[in-house]
Amino acid sequence: MYAQLVETGSNKLKTLDEMSPEERQFQERINDEIKIEPKNWMPDAYRKTLIRQISQHAHSEIVGMLPEGNWLTRAPTLKRKLQLMAKIQDEAGHGLYLYSSMETLGADRDEEIDKLHDGRAKYSSIFNYPTLNWADMGTIGWLVDGAAIVNQVPLQRTSYGPYARAMIRVCKEESFHQRQGYQILLTMMQEGTDDQKAMVQDSINRFWWPALMMFGPSDENSPNSAQSMAWKIKRHSNDELRQRFLDQTVPQLELLGCTAPDPDLKYNQETGHYEFGEIDWQEFFDVVKGNGPCNRERIEARRSAIDNGAWVREAAVAHAAKRQHRAA
Amino acid sequence: MADWPLFEVFIRSKHGLNHKHVGSVHAADRRMAIENARELYTRRNEGVSIWVVPASEITASSPDEKEPLFDPSNDKVYRHASFYKLPKEVGHM
Ligand SMILES: [Fe+2]
Ligand SMILES: [Fe+2]
Ligand SMILES: [Fe+2]
Repeated sequence: MYAQLVETGSNKLKTLDEMSPEERQFQERINDEIKIEPKNWMPDAYRKTLIRQISQHAHSEIVGMLPEGNWLTRAPTLKRKLQLMAKIQDEAGHGLYLYSSMETLGADRDEEIDKLHDGRAKYSSIFNYPTLNWADMGTIGWLVDGAAIVNQVPLQRTSYGPYARAMIRVCKEESFHQRQGYQILLTMMQEGTDDQKAMVQDSINRFWWPALMMFGPSDENSPNSAQSMAWKIKRHSNDELRQRFLDQTVPQLELLGCTAPDPDLKYNQETGHYEFGEIDWQEFFDVVKGNGPCNRERIEARRSAIDNGAWVREAAVAHAAKRQHRAA
Repeated sequence: MADWPLFEVFIRSKHGLNHKHVGSVHAADRRMAIENARELYTRRNEGVSIWVVPASEITASSPDEKEPLFDPSNDKVYRHASFYKLPKEVGHM
């Protein structure tokens, strides 16, 4: 879902018999849950797909800092400001763990970042929505990081070793993110004024559907899933994870005393699951293609951060050279 | 980051264990690599000591060498304590 649409280059699965001996050995290793490590032989398509997936995931962590960064200077208390800053710094860390695991596949970090900046690489649609009030900081932690957790927990068992290990580190840090978010909302709902409570509901109304879209297209519209699942770089289908997220989130929504902007949301006694209305897939694909409310602003912010920071990187290199020169 | 080389990062946790590989960072030089590694890999008391090594300085065994390197130790079962069956009366040894 941080990687919502990952092209694998194939929508037909090869059987073991159709594979070359190397490829077959590789697939059997995966079937046996043995991790693939950087120096092991791997099919070109596996390598390329993983680079695409991990870079999308990394870009999402990095771009994901922007909507929250918007409220850093306006956090209501120093304590909230420190918490939010720590959370955002973790997201930078997540991006860096992921870029570093992507590099073990032979990808170049600068090149992949260029692809983000010129629109060739995607990142999660969720970060293209604006953060309009303080409650959005709560909603993002609760819903967005909550959805991220549902997606990332199974990725700790993904077939590629460095990716799985990065996910383990990430998952250790995520529950702080979700809890700090939910606590922001709970405080506003339990101790807030009517206006503050209305802010929470407004924020949930805006983020509810985009959060559900984070899991990507419905299963019948995910032609790449079969290959990704066979490679175990995806471990559950989009709809399955979406349902898992919804089932755990609705009781939390009720505990807040808020509602979802979905008249069709209801609990099914027989299945034990919540049912929900139709997702606006047009909106999803529009945002993914670059036409969401903030896509341009987000990429512009990333680009100018890189460009305006160039002198710092150059100065660091010059300083390192000077230091080495002095030592010699 | 093209001119910032890659460093592999090793951290030793509190409990006196060995340094363990945790990932990598880019940095202009070794000293900055330590600073970056501290920021990236020890935000929550994960360690008390950091090593950084230029990635280009690491020599690794290759997967093709797996058999010549590791198979010889497979047939030396007598290197394991469990190989030596002792009577019950000896107790825990
Ligand atoms: Fe994250
Ligand atoms: Fe995140
Ligand atoms: Fe997070």
